[in-house]
Amino acid sequence: MWVLLGVLVVVVGFAARQNPLSIVVVAALVTGVAAVIAPGVTPAVLLAGAGETLAVLGKGFKDNRYISVTWMILPLIGLLEREGLQERARVLIQKLAGLTSGLLLLIYLIIRQVTAAFGLTSLGGHAQMVRPLIAPMAEAAAETQAPGLTDASRNRVKAFAAATDNIGLFFGEDIFMAIASILLIKGFLETNGIIVTPFALSVWAIPTAIAALLIHGTRLLLLDRALNREAAR
Amino acid sequence: MIGLPVLYVLAGLLFAVFAIGSATDRTNPKRWGNAVFWGLFAVSFLAGTWLSDTVNGLLLVAMALAAGFNLLGKGQPAPQTDRAERAQRWGNRLFVPALIPPAVTLAGTFLLKGVEIGGQPLVDPKQVTLVSLGLGIVLATVAALVMFRASPAVAVREGRRLMDQVGWAGLLPQALAALGAVFVAAKVGDVIGLLAGEYLPLNGPLTAVCAYTIGMAVFTAIMGNAFAAFPVMTAAIALPLIIGQYGGDPAIVCAIGMLSGFCGTLMTPMAANFNIVPAVLLDLPDRNGVIRVQIPTALALLATNTVLMYALAFRF
Repeated sequence: MWVLLGVLVVVVGFAARQNPLSIVVVAALVTGVAAVIAPGVTPAVLLAGAGETLAVLGKGFKDNRYISVTWMILPLIGLLEREGLQERARVLIQKLAGLTSGLLLLIYLIIRQVTAAFGLTSLGGHAQMVRPLIAPMAEAAAETQAPGLTDASRNRVKAFAAATDNIGLFFGEDIFMAIASILLIKGFLETNGIIVTPFALSVWAIPTAIAALLIHGTRLLLLDRALNREAAR
Repeated sequence: MIGLPVLYVLAGLLFAVFAIGSATDRTNPKRWGNAVFWGLFAVSFLAGTWLSDTVNGLLLVAMALAAGFNLLGKGQPAPQTDRAERAQRWGNRLFVPALIPPAVTLAGTFLLKGVEIGGQPLVDPKQVTLVSLGLGIVLATVAALVMFRASPAVAVREGRRLMDQVGWAGLLPQALAALGAVFVAAKVGDVIGLLAGEYLPLNGPLTAVCAYTIGMAVFTAIMGNAFAAFPVMTAAIALPLIIGQYGGDPAIVCAIGMLSGFCGTLMTPMAANFNIVPAVLLDLPDRNGVIRVQIPTALALLATNTVLMYALAFRF
């Protein structure tokens, strides 16, 4: 039961707006020390627990380096921005008269969902797609819709661009049979003596995918209405 | 065989160059903090495989201390005023280097999989996608350097400008994955599963379905990852009750259960690479700005998932 102290550190730490990286390290050490708490525990045992936890944390950190490899894209994105990629993305959108911010993001949502459903999850992402292309495009469209856009609305449009990328990815990828989550479900059920095909799992991801499109799509169109209302004011 | 080690060397060298660039960047009042931070990251990438687990842990602790004591700053490069003109000169050709990485990732994932040289696979079969992405990034960067007639130093400087903006948040997804490993070792999930099974009111299929979908979302929000929550919650609630006792279809229950977890991912700062990193990349004043926008969609979808599971699982 004591190991839940680590979870508590995470919740309190984020709520108190401490630095997330520090929260992670403190939560890990608290969890590891709490795990060795038992009747009659001595400080030496707790210290040994902290040492072991540091090793587990270090191994986890080392084994997951592949997550940070994607930052290798930054020099490319930086170069492209220097040559005006974001500006070009804006011009392109302003040429397409009538393309609103919400509509643009709705189209992106559909593309992201459909490509993810075919396993093409790498066609998107925040560093590669949203920052250099999608967010500036959505922003430019919003500026055309509501000249003199407030900063609050501008940030909301940018946040929607990122959210749309996430939602399209999450609720598209599970329709692809060979995606990690489907294989995890299949493997888990197999160890519990239940055989399901990846196809059956991916088919039942479709209703939720449609619901995600309807719900988030509606919110994107409502975003357009809010922008138009701002323009009228 | 080309696998993760090659990527780690490339990334490690890049972080090392960022560290050196930071150390010499006089426009950054905290340049030594940045230099140490990215230097340690470079060490982890270049030497981590050969260092002991404890030393790797200490590297992370040192970086967390640097972030916690606010020792990282940003360079203040001279503002660039000719972007619009440059954009006009290049036109839509600018999109070509931007689209090379996804295109190469895609092609590489399919084409490199079966390639063998002397009976040995050319690329580690488990890492084809990541290796293809790395290859795509390298090719695109070279193409951009040639196209813009820019020196690699410019690319590194521009890359560091963005890395400074991301700052410690760039490390967060990897650090959270390490925390996940600690949670697994300490059996945090088992404890939560036990509590859920013991204290949630589970009398009847409807309450069991609600407990499972909401439990998946909440537990995923805590762990930052639906993959960690799924085995625990499914073993605690779905297998014994929804599937075992009430006869729900396992494929429907598990597929929608996992997607309920994804709703939790949308609502938590623990899923840093989806929620915190974009807020930093897009320069949002509120670190939780993306999460705030996602919550209504996530809650509506969670309710939808619950209804779908209840309506479908006992019918097919």
